[in-house]
Amino acid sequence: MRFSGWRVLKEGLTGNKGWTPHWRDPEPQPEYDVVIIGGGGHGLATGYYLAKEHGFTNIAVLEKGYLGGGNVGRNTTIVRANYYLPGNSEFYSHSLKQWEGLEEELNYNVMMSQRGQIMVYHNDGQRDAMVRRGNSIINQGDDAELLSRDALREMVPILNYDNARFPILGGLLQRRAGTARHDAVAWGFARGADQRGVDLIQNCEVTGIDIENGKVKGVQTSRGVIRAKKVALAAAGRSGQAAAMAGMRLPIESHVLQAFVSEGIKPVLDHVVSFAEGHLYVSQSDKGGLVFGSYLDFYSSYAARGNLPMVEHTMETMQAMIPALGKAKLLRSWGGIMDMTPDGSPIIDHSGIEGLYLNCGWCYGGFKAIPGSGNAYAHLIATDRPHGAATKFRLDRFRDGHGLMDEEATGAQHNLH
Amino acid sequence: MRITCPNCGERDRREFYVKGAALARPDVGAGLDEWHDHLHLRDNPASETKELWYHEMGCGAWIEVCRNTVSHEVVSTRLASGAELGGKR
Ligand SMILES: Cc1cc2nc3c(=O)[nH]c(=O)nc-3n(C[C@H](O)[C@H](O)[C@H](O)COP(=O)(O)OP(=O)(O)OC[C@H]3O[C@@H](n4cnc5c(N)ncnc54)[C@H](O)[C@@H]3O)c2cc1C
Ligand SMILES: [Zn+2]
Repeated sequence: MRFSGWRVLKEGLTGNKGWTPHWRDPEPQPEYDVVIIGGGGHGLATGYYLAKEHGFTNIAVLEKGYLGGGNVGRNTTIVRANYYLPGNSEFYSHSLKQWEGLEEELNYNVMMSQRGQIMVYHNDGQRDAMVRRGNSIINQGDDAELLSRDALREMVPILNYDNARFPILGGLLQRRAGTARHDAVAWGFARGADQRGVDLIQNCEVTGIDIENGKVKGVQTSRGVIRAKKVALAAAGRSGQAAAMAGMRLPIESHVLQAFVSEGIKPVLDHVVSFAEGHLYVSQSDKGGLVFGSYLDFYSSYAARGNLPMVEHTMETMQAMIPALGKAKLLRSWGGIMDMTPDGSPIIDHSGIEGLYLNCGWCYGGFKAIPGSGNAYAHLIATDRPHGAATKFRLDRFRDGHGLMDEEATGAQHNLH
Repeated sequence: MRITCPNCGERDRREFYVKGAALARPDVGAGLDEWHDHLHLRDNPASETKELWYHEMGCGAWIEVCRNTVSHEVVSTRLASGAELGGKR
C-alpha cells in the first residue's frame, strides 16, 4: 500500500475502508541472517537499510514492547547538524541529508519541518564560541548564520532580551535544522522495513545472547530461541544490560532525561530555540503546545520519569527566557532512559565478539541520528567495515584516549555530560 | 528523592551533588586496562546500586548511597570516609 493524494481522496470518499495495516505481525522464525535487538528508531532504520541497500532478505527486529514505545517516541524531536568536533560533524551532516529525503524515501509523512534552529548566546565568550562553531559547520558543508541581537529580535520577538543576568546578545541559526514527528519516523521505517521482508517481532524480549567459541550463534528470547549469524544491538537506554548478556561491560551509564509539553496556544514561536544559560530548548508543535526540556536529572536511572528539582529548574529557565509564556499551563511531562557515554558521543562499532555489533551511547541526541545511524550501522553489519560518515564512533576511544568527542569540553568522564 | 546524610539527617536531593558508582580506586601504578575499567566501564545495573553523593549544601561529607535505579528508592546511606567502597562496578 502506497500513500498518495489520490489515495487519501478516494479513501475519504469511500469511508476509509481500504486502508490496511502498515506491517505484518509475524511469528519468529527459527533462524535469521541478522537479528537486531531493539525496535526503536535506530533498530528499525538499521533493518530498513540492511534490506534496501545490502540485499539482506532474512532479518528480524526484536522488540520487547511495542514499536516506537521507547525513546524514539519520547523525545523533543529536534533535528540538526550543528555539532562541532570531527566525527560528530560529518556524521550529523550525513544524517541531516538523509532526513531531507526521508519522506520520499519512505513514502511516509514524517512531518519534517525545517523551521530553523537558533542557539542563543548571552555573553562575548559564548559569541566567540558560536562564531567558531558556525565556521566549522560551514566547513563541514552545512549552513550556519550568526544573527545579531537586532536580527534575532526581529525573527523571534517573544524572547526576553533584557534579562539582567543573561541578556540575549544574538544567536547562531541553522535554517535546515528543525523538528520531525517522532513516532511517524518509527512507523515509516517500520513500514518500509516490513515491505522489504524484515520481520518486526513485538513483545519479544531478548534474555540472552548465545556465544560459542567467541562467535555469536543467536539469542534467547521470551518467545523462544532464535539462531542468527549476526546480532546487532540497538537497545538505547538498555544497552548496558543487552551487552551484559554477551559478557561485556560498556562505557555507559543510563540516566533519565525529562521533557515537557504545555497546553496548546496560538503560534508564538516559529523556530526551535535553545539557550546556553540554564540549558533550555523549546519549540512549538503543530498542535500549539510548547515542547521543551533541559538537563538530565544527573543520577543513574531506569525509570521513565524524573524528579521535581529538574522540573523546577526547567520551568524557572523557561520563565526567565520567555516570560510571556509564564501563564501557559503545563500539560504533560515524562522521562526517557539515556545511554550516556563518558564523552557524550555515540558508538557504532564491532563488539570484538565475532558477529556481534554495537550501536549505543546516543545520549540525549539520538533522534536526529536515526537515518544516518541506521544507514551507517547497516553498512557496518553488512560489510564489517565502518561507514565513511561514522569511522570515529569507535568503542576503543575511551581506552586509548584517542579520538574522544567531548563537545562540551567538560572531560571524558561519566556524570559530566 | 530525599537522601539521609549520616551527619545531617534526611535532606532534599537538591542539597547533593552526585558522582556516580561508588568504586574502589585502583593503585596508582595500575595498568591501562585497570584504569580504563575504573574510569569508563560500568555494570550500569537496573537494581539497587551503591553510589557516591556529596552533601554539597550541607556538611560537605561524601556519602555512599545505596539506591534503586528503577524505583529511585534510597535504601541506605553511610559515610564514605574510611569505608571500603564496594559498589557494583
Ligand atoms: C526527553 C527526551 C528528549 C530527547 N530529545 C531529543 C532531541 O530533541 N533530539 C535528538 O536528536 N534526540 C533526542 N533525544 C534522544 C533520542 O530520543 C534517543 O537518543 C534515541 O531515540 C535512541 O534511539 P532509539 O530510537 O533506537 O531508542 P528506543 O526507541 O529507546 O529503542 C530501543 C528499543 O530497544 C528495546 N529493547 C531494549 N532492550 C531490549 C531487549 N532485551 N529485547 C528486546 N528489545 C529491547 C526497547 O524496548 C526500545 O523500544 C531525547 C530523548 C529523551 C528521553
Ligand atoms: Zn550532611
